[in-house]
Amino acid sequence: MKRMGLFICHCGTNIADTVDVEKLAKKFESYPGIVFSTNYKYMCSHPGQALIADAIKEHDLDGVIVAACSPILHETTFRKLARQSGINPYQCEIANIREQCSWVHKDKEKATAKAEKIIKSIIEKTRLNEDLKPIEVDVTRKALVIGGGVAGIQAALDIADAGYPVLLVEKEPSIGGHMAQLSETFPTLDCSQCILTPKMVEAATHPNIELLAYSEVKSVDGYVGNFTVTIEEKATGIDWDICTGCGQCSEICPISVPSEFEKGLGNRPAIYTPFPQAVPNKPIIDSENCLEMKTGACGLCVRECEAEAINFNMEPTYREEEVGAIVVATGYELYPIMNLGEYGGGEIEDVIDGLAFERLLSSSGPTNGKIRRPSDGKLVKDIVFIQCAGSRDPEKHKPYCSRICCMYSTKQAMLYKHSVHDGQPYIFYIDIRSGGKGYEEFVERAQREDKVIYIRGKVSKLYRENGKVKIAGVDTIANKPIELEADLVVLAMAMIPTTGTEKLANVLKLQTDANGFLQETHPKLRPLESTTAGFYLAGCSQSPKDIPDTVSQASGAAAKVVGLFSGEYLQLEPTIATVDEELCSGCGICISVCPYSAREMDIGKGIAKVNEALCVGCGACVVACPSGATDQKNLTDEQISSMAKAILKGEKES
Amino acid sequence: MSDFEPNIVCYVCKWCTYAGADLAGTSRLKHKPNTTNIRLMCSSRLNMEQILMSFREGADGVFVGGCHPGDCHYINGNYKTQNRIIIMKRVLKELGIEPERLRLEWVSANEGRRYIEVIDDFIEEIRTLGPIKLPSKENLIEKEVPING
Repeated sequence: MKRMGLFICHCGTNIADTVDVEKLAKKFESYPGIVFSTNYKYMCSHPGQALIADAIKEHDLDGVIVAACSPILHETTFRKLARQSGINPYQCEIANIREQCSWVHKDKEKATAKAEKIIKSIIEKTRLNEDLKPIEVDVTRKALVIGGGVAGIQAALDIADAGYPVLLVEKEPSIGGHMAQLSETFPTLDCSQCILTPKMVEAATHPNIELLAYSEVKSVDGYVGNFTVTIEEKATGIDWDICTGCGQCSEICPISVPSEFEKGLGNRPAIYTPFPQAVPNKPIIDSENCLEMKTGACGLCVRECEAEAINFNMEPTYREEEVGAIVVATGYELYPIMNLGEYGGGEIEDVIDGLAFERLLSSSGPTNGKIRRPSDGKLVKDIVFIQCAGSRDPEKHKPYCSRICCMYSTKQAMLYKHSVHDGQPYIFYIDIRSGGKGYEEFVERAQREDKVIYIRGKVSKLYRENGKVKIAGVDTIANKPIELEADLVVLAMAMIPTTGTEKLANVLKLQTDANGFLQETHPKLRPLESTTAGFYLAGCSQSPKDIPDTVSQASGAAAKVVGLFSGEYLQLEPTIATVDEELCSGCGICISVCPYSAREMDIGKGIAKVNEALCVGCGACVVACPSGATDQKNLTDEQISSMAKAILKGEKES
Repeated sequence: MSDFEPNIVCYVCKWCTYAGADLAGTSRLKHKPNTTNIRLMCSSRLNMEQILMSFREGADGVFVGGCHPGDCHYINGNYKTQNRIIIMKRVLKELGIEPERLRLEWVSANEGRRYIEVIDDFIEEIRTLGPIKLPSKENLIEKEVPING
């Protein structure tokens, strides 16, 4: 029979004023299984803990009930004490008689009676507790980072610097992400390429990082610490191992198609690197546009390539890798401009999105940094930026704020002014959101130094007139209609998760939120972790954010991965589901109710088993099991029943 | 009946309703002392037999508390609970126990105020219903409860 000790805390007067602790301690002395019962002013204090430790030894206790504050506060404290005193920490339980009794009731007699019920129920639970120890799972100390934008690069570098190998997988031919497209960055106006490209090179050359560009994750199996992933290395048409990256092939290629990197404002050949600073700096062949691949009537590049690296018949290859943790940094894209018909999106050539304008601003862009409008190449003299294009519009578009548009439009207006001194930038805004270090000062500077005119109001319509774009809207401060003419209109389009995020989320079994961004475990306290153990989130895949926040989150996610890798084992809570193999009929209902894929068939035995590393102990399968074969450790059906009986029946009869 | 003090057992999930009850405490909000919580990891851990057993052991009411729809810590446990409670209420009715004696509420971890409101409301409802009268074989046969259709 279990020998239990009961320790009732006064919590100063917090409990003792409303609950008669002395009376209860006395009463429980004769309760079945209780061999020691006492009360003390502060159980969590040093002398309080010493009192418990001494009692465990003196009375040879193998169960401890501390009646005190909520288990959320001191369960860990007392379980640690139990372990140090030589008993299993899972034999220590907390009866919450403060938050859920003394603090919510006034009548001392009634509160004491309720405290008695609470304590009884916890004694009954403890009576049936078994010794448990945390589940220890081996960890493969290698990380997979999906996405090679600045978030993925940062996460990969931090994990690699801590000494662990990293696979960095990027679906495009080069890493760098959207940051590589940017001209200069707010609020410091440092050149994006200048701060990013060294990091790209560092990631590609780091001894602990293996870079797999133009590759995609196709499947993931396993669980935290032990994933098996399949990665497709897409057919580039060029043997990158022997390609020297000389670029002769691109120069000779007769094809010219709109460049994705230049947002269609410039062209590229069919055999190309997306941009000159690409990492790896090796080309791919765009099979849809390559003349040789379409008609077999070209082959100019083959003749030009001295390294003989070109292989039109290349097939994708697949490789399997073992990793312990996965960082998902799949980034964002802009809400398609075509969706904003009211603003002439996709119809008026001189209405472009923010990323396209970045390319116009970039000195290495299609216009070499000259702000020329796409329709006729004329230098832009009047320019209008429109905020919240698709954002903050729950009726028609996206309900959320994309967070960076106020700042980048301000930056773009400033950079425009620095390029076209006699030009005039206007910004239509709903309200300016400039929360961030140095951000408010930056907006103020745009108005003061660069004479950017901010108009609070919503644009209702854009249309072409006399070779210009007419903007009709309302100035909501002056409260009157406003009309402007511009050579170019830049829409600050909403940020959305990249195409393919949903598909990837299905492959990885990750949750997404209402807007398709990846769901974090807790919005405040666990923002770096996905709801599935072993997956970490970085950057805009989780929510729209700027570069400083993206890099911070990436470093945070990397720290989580390094934390996971640094222990000898991964320790998990043992209060999980169990299976009585004699009773299990192998019906598989538990598999269908488990949201964590923790239940699986043991084909050999014909029964359903529990994957201890994946089970989080919610208990849904225990209830679903029709044959009563599944139960939960230290919260068995029998324990729940006896807790309820203790509450309802009062005195224990046995 | 005025001196009747209901005895109510509450099965609440650790993440939302139990934490909401803790918040009621830290906010020093007062409620009537007729309920006692049993902390489960998730409301979906509650067996239907456990509900029947609670009534058999003399519970005047059974309260189940979970996370709001969409907020379940275990993705969708609360939906499972909701389905079970709907079925259970029909079972109770067939057995001659007022279905109102079983109540499911969503109380989040930041709803200390809502916690005491739903608890007090439930206690008052049970007070009105009076002590549990368990069905006996005789009164079930007398009532001739028709089976659906």
